[in-house]
Amino acid sequence: MTDMTDTTDQTATESSPAVPPQPALSPENAEIIALTRKDFVSDQEVRWCPGCGDYSILAQTQKVMPDFGYKKEDIVFISGIGCSGRLPYYMNTYGFHTIHGRAPTLATGLKATRPDLMVWVITGDGDALSIGGNHVLHSMRRNVDINLVMFNNRIYGLTKGQASPTSEFGKKTKSTPVGSIDTPIMPLTIALAAEASFVARSVDTHTEHLQQTLERGGRHKGSSFIEVLQNCNIFNDGAWRDFTDREVREDRMLVLEHGKPMIFGKDRDKGIRLVGLRPEVVTIGQDGVTEADLLVHDESAEDPYLALVLSRMFWPDFPVPVGVLRATSRPTHDRLLEDQITAAVGRSGAGDLERVLRGGETWTVE
Amino acid sequence: MTTTRERELPTEELERVTIRFAGDSGDGMQLTGTQFTRTAAVFGNDISTLPDFPAEIRAPAGSLPGVSGFQISFSSTEIHTPGDAPDVLVAMNPAALKTNIGDLPAGGALIVNSDAFTQANLNKAAYASNPLTDGSLKAYTTFEIPISTLNERSLDGLDMTSKQKDLTKNFFALGIMFWLYERSMDPTLGWIDAKFSARPVVAEANKRALRAGYAFGETTEMFHTHYRVQPAKLPPGTYRNITGNEATALGFLAASKLADRQLFYGSYPITPASDILHQLSTYKTFGVKTFQAEDEIAAIGAAIGASYGGALGLTASSGPGIALKTEAMGLAVMVELPLVVIDVQRAGPSTGMPTKNEQADLLQVMFGRNSDSPIPIVAPATPGECFDYAIEAARIALKYMTPVVYLSDAFLATGSEPWLVPSVADLPSIAVTNAAKGEGPFQPYLRDPETLARPWAVPGTAGLEHRIGGLEKADGSGNVSYDPDNHHKMQLLRAAKVAGIAKDIPPLEVFGPESGDLLILGWGSTYGAIRSAAERLQADGRSVAHAHLRHLNPFPANTEAVLRSYRRVLIPEVNLGQLLLLVRAKYLIDAVGYDRVRGKPFRIAEIVEEAERILAEGT
Repeated sequence: MTDMTDTTDQTATESSPAVPPQPALSPENAEIIALTRKDFVSDQEVRWCPGCGDYSILAQTQKVMPDFGYKKEDIVFISGIGCSGRLPYYMNTYGFHTIHGRAPTLATGLKATRPDLMVWVITGDGDALSIGGNHVLHSMRRNVDINLVMFNNRIYGLTKGQASPTSEFGKKTKSTPVGSIDTPIMPLTIALAAEASFVARSVDTHTEHLQQTLERGGRHKGSSFIEVLQNCNIFNDGAWRDFTDREVREDRMLVLEHGKPMIFGKDRDKGIRLVGLRPEVVTIGQDGVTEADLLVHDESAEDPYLALVLSRMFWPDFPVPVGVLRATSRPTHDRLLEDQITAAVGRSGAGDLERVLRGGETWTVE
Repeated sequence: MTTTRERELPTEELERVTIRFAGDSGDGMQLTGTQFTRTAAVFGNDISTLPDFPAEIRAPAGSLPGVSGFQISFSSTEIHTPGDAPDVLVAMNPAALKTNIGDLPAGGALIVNSDAFTQANLNKAAYASNPLTDGSLKAYTTFEIPISTLNERSLDGLDMTSKQKDLTKNFFALGIMFWLYERSMDPTLGWIDAKFSARPVVAEANKRALRAGYAFGETTEMFHTHYRVQPAKLPPGTYRNITGNEATALGFLAASKLADRQLFYGSYPITPASDILHQLSTYKTFGVKTFQAEDEIAAIGAAIGASYGGALGLTASSGPGIALKTEAMGLAVMVELPLVVIDVQRAGPSTGMPTKNEQADLLQVMFGRNSDSPIPIVAPATPGECFDYAIEAARIALKYMTPVVYLSDAFLATGSEPWLVPSVADLPSIAVTNAAKGEGPFQPYLRDPETLARPWAVPGTAGLEHRIGGLEKADGSGNVSYDPDNHHKMQLLRAAKVAGIAKDIPPLEVFGPESGDLLILGWGSTYGAIRSAAERLQADGRSVAHAHLRHLNPFPANTEAVLRSYRRVLIPEVNLGQLLLLVRAKYLIDAVGYDRVRGKPFRIAEIVEEAERILAEGT
């Protein structure tokens, strides 16, 4: 395997997220479970192309899994179709490789009836935003308590290189030999528009940041939408290289930290401020700009405006924001469903089948 | 038999009466029919109903496409259909008259709201001249009643607009019918009080309208007799009136209790299946979880997800929605999880005629998936039977770890009949157990030797962590496999599992002689018309039997033997010969079809006629 992960890369941009360490999600299990990464490695041979970014995503996923305090039998990975769809086979948990675009629907039904389970949805840019776009929208607006990880490589890999909904305008692919005429969509903007309560972005090769982001998403109660910028080294090699490469990333990416001003750059001298409704890149110390002029990140803002601004920022006009854009709290779908049942039983008692069969008007024939 | 009542009006005893209420879709004809049905049912008649309404919620008032109808047949003897033709037609406007008069036999009674026969309404119904005056209704016993005027007069003094008052005229018409057939107004008066408890003026108006119609019948000299239909001699027990959709919802609720599983219902609104969602969503005290999905695919996806987690997953639609669910049905076949897919069929193809009846999705659910993808199919024959076959569908799904299709249709779904309410204690247990950790590595595709079902290993079970999916499975281990021989074996296993259900379902029963000249074979909602036709033919001394399939995949084990016991086999279907195709292909029997696809159920007479034609052909 060649240069597929960059695990030695520990740069200054990878500081810890500004949230305190959190207890295991399932505290009653935390003490009795002492699982390690190896417990989450299945016996199946991994069959992605050598050099694929998916290897790193799998590795980081396996690595953070013990931290949640769930028993491995209480964790389910559900995927759709595409290269990302194979991930559940490699996790030694319960896994369901479903059909194209539909993983969120199965996850919704599972979580609705089994709130005790931790449910991950693994998907790709085509799976989540093309064929399954509708389901992403609706699982997010319902706040289904799932962690949706979308591998975005801006290409259809498994079908060997067609344009995807995140491919650049003008992109030449097998299906668009003279250039794509479709404007790409911004996944995080979509997630925010769909009322996702947790929205984040990371990069396959930025392993520590990816772990932190997966960890944050996994701990979030409600819909988590995590975009992972992932490299398909066969059909779209270097799709994100312009800003994710080691040499340039500090100048071209903005690592979001809750409560902190938006500063980036090798020399930590660049920042983002808001002019009217538009963000603007400024240099601290130039034209009288000080740190006090910069936007301060607030991932927990109830209104989505700041997150929406961040979701629209992208290279080359802006540094690409990574980290948690939004983490807000509202009741989950499974909770609301259970609450209605509990309330109904509280009002009327548990249902009596005999009585409901005899409901309405009846008459007796002797 | 004619007797004399106190008011000097004779009462005529009738065995059976069929009434059709027809009016504008805003005239409340469905409500009128439903109220008459409740009243007749509680009185103890056998009943059968056929609502017939447009898909448009409010087509232009007075227009031909806006006509809504409700036919009810009530009887002192057992009946199987809502009647071939009405004895009485109530037409609230010219459009209703025009679209329905063709079904009224000569000599039939016609009650019209003469107020509605204005030039404007006649134009909307494309009448060149007024049928009330041009002699074209000579063949009928016509009662012209200014219902709108009389009704409005009866509401004098109520604080309502004329338009609001006019909305109650259907109850005036209902009042006339209650008088004519000696029915108590009490059930409907009680219903009005409950329905409009928050709007006392509306309640008062409807009650006055009903009573005024009744009083009109009593005082007018228009009617010279009224009619009595005695209660039917049904088997003893407690009855309620039930539609197919109601029975379906109750059946799956019962199935979840009998299986001791949480019921999860994923659904997207579609006519004529939506009422199942409406009803199941009220069963919260039973822990039923309903999910109005973003589309048909999400509805079935969520149901599969629920089944994966150990619940009884259920989804429903009609033909167009089933088409969308197709890929997920294939997934359920591959991952071998229990699931019931309800298809309440309607007239197609495509959007077709959403509120009209057809039974033309049989081949769709039988074959409409990529590859060989066998799914068991059950089909109730009457509204009440929908309850039993809901339980049967769930039983097969759970026991054999398979998706099952449950085929209902618009006629069953919205039609109603008296239903002998079962006792819960008499219902079968359909419980199955989850897989538990055993010796050695877990094999998610190791089958039960008897049923060929794979184990149901639900998440949360320690030691059974495994992966499933739409990719081909290795026999036993369930790992992804591209091995050619394994694929062949798995295709055969999936087919054998479904075929083997034939050992576990009741044999095909025959009504009539066990062998003879003609067998009429049917399925689904054609039951009533075929059974009645067979009764008539048998009464005429014909050697005719009726068999009705409730299991369409697999067929009952004795099906071929039954079919071969008759010289001819006739298969009437509300499609162009779908069961016919299956029977001919499977058994190489030269059955003949009889198809009428008009969006309506069969008439008894046309089946009798076709049977007579075939019998006359000899062999």
